[in-house]
Amino acid sequence: MTHAVAHHTSTGLDNRKLAFWLFIGSECLLFGSLIATYLVYEGRSVAGPTTHEILNIPLTSISTFDLLMSSLAMVLALAAVARGDRLWSRVWLATTALLGLVFLGFQAYEFTHFVHEGLTLQVNLFGSTFFVLTGFHGGHVFVGVVWLVTLLIRSLQGKLGPDKALNVEIAGLYWHFVDAVWIVIFTVVYLIQRQ
Amino acid sequence: MHLRTFKQRCSAKAVAVGLATFAAFGLSACSGPFPQSTLDPVSGFSNDLADLYSTIFWWAVFVFVVVEALLVYAVIRYRARPGQEGEPRHVHGHTALEIAWTLAPAVILVFIAVPTIQTIFKVDGTPDEGALEIEVIGHQWWWEFKYPEYGIVTANELHVPVGRPVAFTMTSADVIHSFWLPRLGGKRDVIQGRTTRLALTPDSVGEYMGQCAEYCGSSHANMRARAFVETQADFEAWVERQLTNPPPIDSLDGLVQRGAQVFTSIREPANHSCIVCHRIEGLSYGAIGPNLTHVGSRTTIAGGILPNTADGLRRWLRDPPGEKPGEMLGRSMPKIDLTEEEIDALVAYLQSLR
Amino acid sequence: MATSVVEHVPAAAAENRSGIWSWITTTDHKRIGILYGVTAFVFFLLGGLEALIIRAQLASPNNTLVDADTYNQLFTMHGTTMIFLAVMPLSAAFFNYIIPLQIGARDVAFPRLNAFSYWVFLFGGLFINSSFLFGAAPDGGWFGYANLTSKAYSPGLNIDFWVLGLQILGIASLAAGFNFVVTIVNMRAPGMRLMRMPVFTWMSLVTQFIVITAFPVITIALVFLMFDRFFGTNFYNAAAGGDLLLWQHLFWLFGHPEVYILILPTMGMVSEVLPTFSRKPLFGYAVVVYSGVLIAIMGWGVWSHHMFATGLGPIADSVFGATTMLIAIPTGVKIFNWIATMWGGRIELKTPMLFAIGFIAMFIIGGLSGVMHSSPPSDLQQTDTYFVVAHIHYVLVGGAIMGIFAAVYYWWPKVFGKMLHEGMGKAHWFFMLLGMNLSFFPMHFIGLLGMPRRIYTYDTALGLDTMNLVASIGAFILGASFLIFIYNVLWTRKNGQIAGKNPWNAATLEWAISSPPPVYNFSVLPTVSSRLPLWTENGVSEIPDVPPEPVHVPGGTVWPIMTATGILAVATGAIMHTLWIVVAGSLFVVFSIYRWAFEPFEV
Repeated sequence: MTHAVAHHTSTGLDNRKLAFWLFIGSECLLFGSLIATYLVYEGRSVAGPTTHEILNIPLTSISTFDLLMSSLAMVLALAAVARGDRLWSRVWLATTALLGLVFLGFQAYEFTHFVHEGLTLQVNLFGSTFFVLTGFHGGHVFVGVVWLVTLLIRSLQGKLGPDKALNVEIAGLYWHFVDAVWIVIFTVVYLIQRQ
Repeated sequence: MHLRTFKQRCSAKAVAVGLATFAAFGLSACSGPFPQSTLDPVSGFSNDLADLYSTIFWWAVFVFVVVEALLVYAVIRYRARPGQEGEPRHVHGHTALEIAWTLAPAVILVFIAVPTIQTIFKVDGTPDEGALEIEVIGHQWWWEFKYPEYGIVTANELHVPVGRPVAFTMTSADVIHSFWLPRLGGKRDVIQGRTTRLALTPDSVGEYMGQCAEYCGSSHANMRARAFVETQADFEAWVERQLTNPPPIDSLDGLVQRGAQVFTSIREPANHSCIVCHRIEGLSYGAIGPNLTHVGSRTTIAGGILPNTADGLRRWLRDPPGEKPGEMLGRSMPKIDLTEEEIDALVAYLQSLR
Repeated sequence: MATSVVEHVPAAAAENRSGIWSWITTTDHKRIGILYGVTAFVFFLLGGLEALIIRAQLASPNNTLVDADTYNQLFTMHGTTMIFLAVMPLSAAFFNYIIPLQIGARDVAFPRLNAFSYWVFLFGGLFINSSFLFGAAPDGGWFGYANLTSKAYSPGLNIDFWVLGLQILGIASLAAGFNFVVTIVNMRAPGMRLMRMPVFTWMSLVTQFIVITAFPVITIALVFLMFDRFFGTNFYNAAAGGDLLLWQHLFWLFGHPEVYILILPTMGMVSEVLPTFSRKPLFGYAVVVYSGVLIAIMGWGVWSHHMFATGLGPIADSVFGATTMLIAIPTGVKIFNWIATMWGGRIELKTPMLFAIGFIAMFIIGGLSGVMHSSPPSDLQQTDTYFVVAHIHYVLVGGAIMGIFAAVYYWWPKVFGKMLHEGMGKAHWFFMLLGMNLSFFPMHFIGLLGMPRRIYTYDTALGLDTMNLVASIGAFILGASFLIFIYNVLWTRKNGQIAGKNPWNAATLEWAISSPPPVYNFSVLPTVSSRLPLWTENGVSEIPDVPPEPVHVPGGTVWPIMTATGILAVATGAIMHTLWIVVAGSLFVVFSIYRWAFEPFEV
């Protein structure tokens, strides 16, 4: 964000891009630990609501689709920035952020609904593992939205030209990663429910 | 051998240091007995472990001697000497050597791995036919033992007949502890919500000490256990005594009866009343502290840290947290406001519960 | 394209380089390295003091020097301090100072992130040690097993300090991990192929990969514990159906790779010192490098050897026993290659070399007791006893700390421009070797004869009084040896002999420049054509004393320490259970990150 010139590197990859891929690798282990714990504890709750009683697959499918579409918007945003298209940079950045907010909205609804149905962090193992896993993911989406809005504001200030495409690319890497993690969570938690 | 150079004196000093160290601990180590020694086994289980350790130990000694000797030799032989000219030959590697010193340790490891895996399956805790089942429950900071075969519940000490297999089925009432009587066998953690097992057959009559081996809070150091391996006759006598209920309170007299009265008295605050936490058959049904029905028959009290004498009992009753630190949210024995007269009475009563 | 240029003339660059503010805002890897080193050494002394009190308490049976709760805090903080606040940051001091010099770079990839790592480390260390002021130092052991650490069994602030402190420190380590991987992979000078890099840089690279993969796992383990304690979740709640072993699996999945984080850099340090003082190259360079990589990978497959007493079952025991035995092979290979390096050489027994040789000798012992632990049935008698204490201290004190001091004496001239006193160095080494053997060797026996770990007292009936006394005496001798080092440092400041560029006549790039190096490290980035640039004819291009063109040196910035302060505020708010401080701290972190992101800063 501050460099006018990319420095020469041993691999040819920009330092920031390489750093970000390493960060994503690290995050894989973070979410991996959360998902593994969820799986290990599946079916072990002794009381309280469980997956079959409370998860709403149709509704969550919509929010999943929404997040997938947001990744598409992100790709289009990067393309727009790279070709210097100021209008569509802003449109697609805003769209991505908006779709992210919609996902968070669905999640907020889901969480409050579950609490009303008696599933809380404290009531059983499922409550603890479900809310912490999906909550961490939601937190990551939130950070992504803030990042995107920041980029949007920079674009509106005229400071997001093609020379800044790498910044948008890295934001895109993050966004796609968060989306990919959601696909895994959706599959493991919602679609494949063990007895 | 006249040691002239500084470096020769350095090497000699290092060797001297090493020998002095070994001598120091060696001499200090030679003063037995060691009641919790893992090298003095009294069961098939601990024998198997000691044998396996011995195998590994001697391989380790062999590797140690060879490798340290190579190191020391290299340092002494190739030390720079005054007047030496030129650089040594630059050798970058040697493939055959690399293969050799990769394979050699691997081969040695096979000699360790095979007996290891054999022993793993041999001592995996599967109970033998006709084993005496003992349930072990770890508490902060005492061990509870139950004999389902007989309906016995006791604490701190267990009795087993020599030569009969024992099957321990274990869990914890609170945090993770580890049940360990070294001469009888290896340790096994006890974990709330899980059942762990040990299986062993004691082969020598005697008294064997142990203690908790997993850090479990303030008085982890004070959580001790003792096993009495006895002849069949002695064991049966012990069982019979454990199954005999104490006489009713009104058949007692003198100080002993006074003690029973103190034991059953309701105190302020309520959880300072003995009956709230302790069980004595026919008298009280508390389930928090150890069962005291036959406390007089034990050699130790308070999780094994005090002798079961009048003196030991008095020390304990005067100030339990002082003897055994760790206030545990009303789960450990509090300091109870007892007069010396009440303590004397309690001591007499508790000692009568054989 | 606009680039801000700072005159290469030292006087102009120096205007921003004196005074405390210049240190607080520094982004210079050399200064950050010194900060890490000094801070870590202070924590090392603190951890050592904790150890001495422990040994004083255990010098006699039924001793009452400290009470049970104090003792339990002391051994917990001793472990936590030595691992996270001493050994890791002492290695980090060398990562920071030496790696850019060894690869021919001017700084690390992200200098501000580098500064951030240091400040977060410092604040994390201060945070966790501030617990002593409240009489609530962590007391669950450095490994914090559930469910002892749950609110029910540890109701005080002790474990909260531990959880929050470790999370802060984790941030520092992760940030540094990303930074150094990118630096080593991406910022090597022309000709510095990966297989030409010094082994220290290689081992550091491997270590950082372990950091960025292992720390997320303990982060989650701690998140679960924090949520259990703060919000009543059930991750470590057996009554709700939780499995207490979940903590142990997550912790040791981190914890075992962690010990390789502790030892691999020091193996790299030793791999630098041995060739220099043998006057011949490292034997089997490629094998030493690959064995380090193998150890890092295999280190992920052994974690349950810490759980052999938990009743995992014979198949799990067999598998983990086997993987643990296997990892002895690449470790042994390194040792043989080190000995072969010395073989046929012309060995100069200077202080760094003495420490490197001491490392090998002591690590052999620690490694062999490790092989004894690798056999599950055998381990059933050894685990949780003083036998393990002996093992870990042979590998960590005899290994890691000796390796670090080899590096300290080796690179001191480069960093400070002066030679440490040789005689005092040798005395330090001698008493350290004597003290550690006298202290830790008897512990093998103390453990085999039945004394468990982590007990604040023991009974004379065990028959271990004399051995414990001997071990305690050894500990005090070991402690005293570091006083010699401290005196040496102070003496050298005034009287130390000036070091030239390459006082040891070593082969690697850092010795091609002045001692200490100029702020920009290399007047021109060198081109390298050999693994041993200074020992090879035309191994490195000429590096003029004065830069032919002005060299840009980035200035200082306050945002790394500001962001770190925000993180400290969040942790403080959390332990005070005060939401507005957490929120304010978080907002300040975000604010500082934005200022950091948008300030003009050129690498």
